[in-house]
Amino acid sequence: MNLEPTYATHFFVTGDPMIYAADVSILLVSAAIVFVLTYFKKWGWLWREWLTTVDHKKIGIMYMIAALLMLFRGGVDALLMRTQLALPNMHFLQPEHYNQIFTTHGTLMILFMAMPFIFAMMNIAVPLQIGARDVAFPYLNAVSFWLFFFGALLFNLSFVIGGSPDAGWTSYPPLAEVPFSPGPGENFYLLGLQISGIGSIATGINFFVTILKMRAPGMTLMRMPLFCWSVLATTILIIFAFPVLTVALALLLIDRIAGAHFFSIFDGGNPMMYVNLFWMWGHPEVYIVVLPAFGIFSEVVATFSRKRIFGYASMVASMMAIAIISYFTWVHHFFTMGAGPGVNSFFAVSTMIIAIPTGVKVFNWLMTMYRGRIRMTVPMLWTVGFIPNFAIGGASGVMLSVAPADYQYHNSYFLIAHFHQVLIGGTVFGMLAGMYYWWPKMFGFMLDERLGRWAFWWFNAGFYVCFLPQYVLGFMGMTRRIYVYPAHMGWTEWNFISTLGAFMMGVGFLLLVADILYSIRHGERDVTGDIWDGRTLEWSLPSPAPHYNFARIPVVTARDAWWAMKEARKRGEALPDARPLAPIHMPKNSGLPFLLSLSFFVAGFGLVFNWYMLAVAGFLGVGLCLLLRSFAEDKAYFIPVEEIARTEAALGRV
Amino acid sequence: MAVVHEASDAFNVREHGHHHDEDALRIFGFWIFLTSDLILFACLFATYVILSNHTGSGPTPADMFDVPAFTAETIILLTSSFTCGLATFAMHHGRRGLMLTWLIVTLLLGLAFVGLEASEFTRNALAGATMQRSAFLSAFYTLVGTHGCHVSFGILWMTSILIQAWRKGLAGEIPGKVFIVGLYWHFLDVVWVFIFTVVYLMGVMR
Repeated sequence: MNLEPTYATHFFVTGDPMIYAADVSILLVSAAIVFVLTYFKKWGWLWREWLTTVDHKKIGIMYMIAALLMLFRGGVDALLMRTQLALPNMHFLQPEHYNQIFTTHGTLMILFMAMPFIFAMMNIAVPLQIGARDVAFPYLNAVSFWLFFFGALLFNLSFVIGGSPDAGWTSYPPLAEVPFSPGPGENFYLLGLQISGIGSIATGINFFVTILKMRAPGMTLMRMPLFCWSVLATTILIIFAFPVLTVALALLLIDRIAGAHFFSIFDGGNPMMYVNLFWMWGHPEVYIVVLPAFGIFSEVVATFSRKRIFGYASMVASMMAIAIISYFTWVHHFFTMGAGPGVNSFFAVSTMIIAIPTGVKVFNWLMTMYRGRIRMTVPMLWTVGFIPNFAIGGASGVMLSVAPADYQYHNSYFLIAHFHQVLIGGTVFGMLAGMYYWWPKMFGFMLDERLGRWAFWWFNAGFYVCFLPQYVLGFMGMTRRIYVYPAHMGWTEWNFISTLGAFMMGVGFLLLVADILYSIRHGERDVTGDIWDGRTLEWSLPSPAPHYNFARIPVVTARDAWWAMKEARKRGEALPDARPLAPIHMPKNSGLPFLLSLSFFVAGFGLVFNWYMLAVAGFLGVGLCLLLRSFAEDKAYFIPVEEIARTEAALGRV
Repeated sequence: MAVVHEASDAFNVREHGHHHDEDALRIFGFWIFLTSDLILFACLFATYVILSNHTGSGPTPADMFDVPAFTAETIILLTSSFTCGLATFAMHHGRRGLMLTWLIVTLLLGLAFVGLEASEFTRNALAGATMQRSAFLSAFYTLVGTHGCHVSFGILWMTSILIQAWRKGLAGEIPGKVFIVGLYWHFLDVVWVFIFTVVYLMGVMR
């Protein structure tokens, strides 16, 4: 690219006052962060404690912060769209701006909000629940996080540099091909997703190995907490589904950058092949993000009903069944492709079948609560709120699975309402339940329950006000992605109500943030480490857990291991752990995951703008980081017994 | 002095124990990675099979493939997998020199394979069969090229392991590393068997 006077206007996004305002606020926030870090001399702390950490608990916290930030940006996108649609003939947004916003809203919420949120919960809870000191590959875990981080950064950068992608979150060709999307926006989409996708595959492998190989003695698979089972199912889905996305994105990128003909109309390309590849990943992906939520609900409902989970074995079986069947439903996303009655019937039936194990789970949660001693804490509220929400979303999903009827619903607001109901009602409710549940374990203090209830009720009520009208709008013929509509369609009232609901959800989110800020100062401190009277091993540790987690690896004798230990203690049968402390082998921190991912970012940025020298420099950096790691020695150390004894004594555990 | 020895022996035992456990974890993890890489190749194969007769105005597979060239590539790569196996075998018997020799032979065969493939690609591209010409050619270069990139990466990786084994001997992490790079190499060989069959043989037989 040559440096002509028009350079800046091509490179930076110009002309829209809202984007100028965003530019200014990004600059101000960045300057403020730099100032605070410099003023309080925190740069070294940031590098040593966070940027180079390989501790799963800290990595989990960073995932969670990133997910909340992305939830904010995705939520603002949603509010902009709902404002544009509140009334007929609105001119709040330009049409091309509207296209960009619905594209980034969908992409951010799925890949940069839901994914990091499940990774946050996995990182925070899984090693603690199975009695391990870290994941199987702590260094790789840090690589995963930073690849996600820089992938998300690259994607978000398109907002101010080069222009956002605008071909929808599914990025279907031929629209996403160069003739119809000539700017760098689609390249940002493809490369941002690709880079973070590598990290997702690595996380899948890492947790799969962790759960199968790192469990404490006595913890058989059928004694694992259900959250760990749900993560195991999710990692299987990630390992088998994400490479398909890698291929779909790579082929589209080769089309765009090298002028190949995979998905173009001419010279033999076939756009529907992209659609198939995308949904072969995309359908398992919705279960990737919802299964961990199911796992969290299972933990929460058992803890706050003070009962063991009802139907443990059927829960495990249904999650595994979902993991397998979810590979055989992808065509239901495009019945209208017209694959023929045979193919469409197969996928309609498989879609209806997958509702059965999901239904089994719902009954198990209800039966767990039946005759339980229920405590309506905030995590429990999100869980109880989830059940009717997901039941309605599931029922509308079965309606959509009827292939002939789908020709009517396809790409209407009925579909929009359906998938928001299962993704928000399932994943977001689940992640927020998990966040409230494990917050004391992460930080050593509780989130305020009163503000938490307010946040829940605003968000939950807002949800129904926002999305139930959209089912009606779908039946009235309103299709997705339209940015303006005339006044006489009868859509106005429903759209206006829906927008009100969206803003109610926005209030709920603000209350959530307020709860976090309030609780940092005033939240109840967790001095016991077992503030909810929990059932699984993470509650046997102090809050927050020491960085080696367990001074002595626990020996597990039953399902709900910690509950069994507490019961034994009450009966006076528990013997104090007489095993002597031994030095603990721990991985050392490393700056390489950060630098490796930064190099990927540089390479990706170069490819976005077809600046090949920069891309080559980035890839050389990647190679150098890999070599440095391969040649590195001294990657681990031993914590001496005296230090462990000192730490445990300071935490009140001798 | 004796006490120091005992302590360091105990430390070494523990260290070796850790290496053994960590090696087992890494090898298991690497198998899982190979599974996901296999899915990646499966998608590329599926794409190729769908597009292989979408030749547009470009050449067909039968016009393009040179039987002696791809046969030579196949023999060279299969042989390199055998020599890689011999290297692992020598390592298990603690014969470092022999292991290094077989790794070098493997690397040379790998380089010969990549060189032949590059010359095949160049020859075709100069004859006008570029990946911009038709969907079949896009799929062909992407599938076979992805395998070639894997082999090239494997050459760099194996070279780095070779240098480490040269310098440090067969202690510590080295045996695990040699074993894993060997797994990768055999995996690429298996993928090539499918490329040989699905792309080249089925291509010239059509």
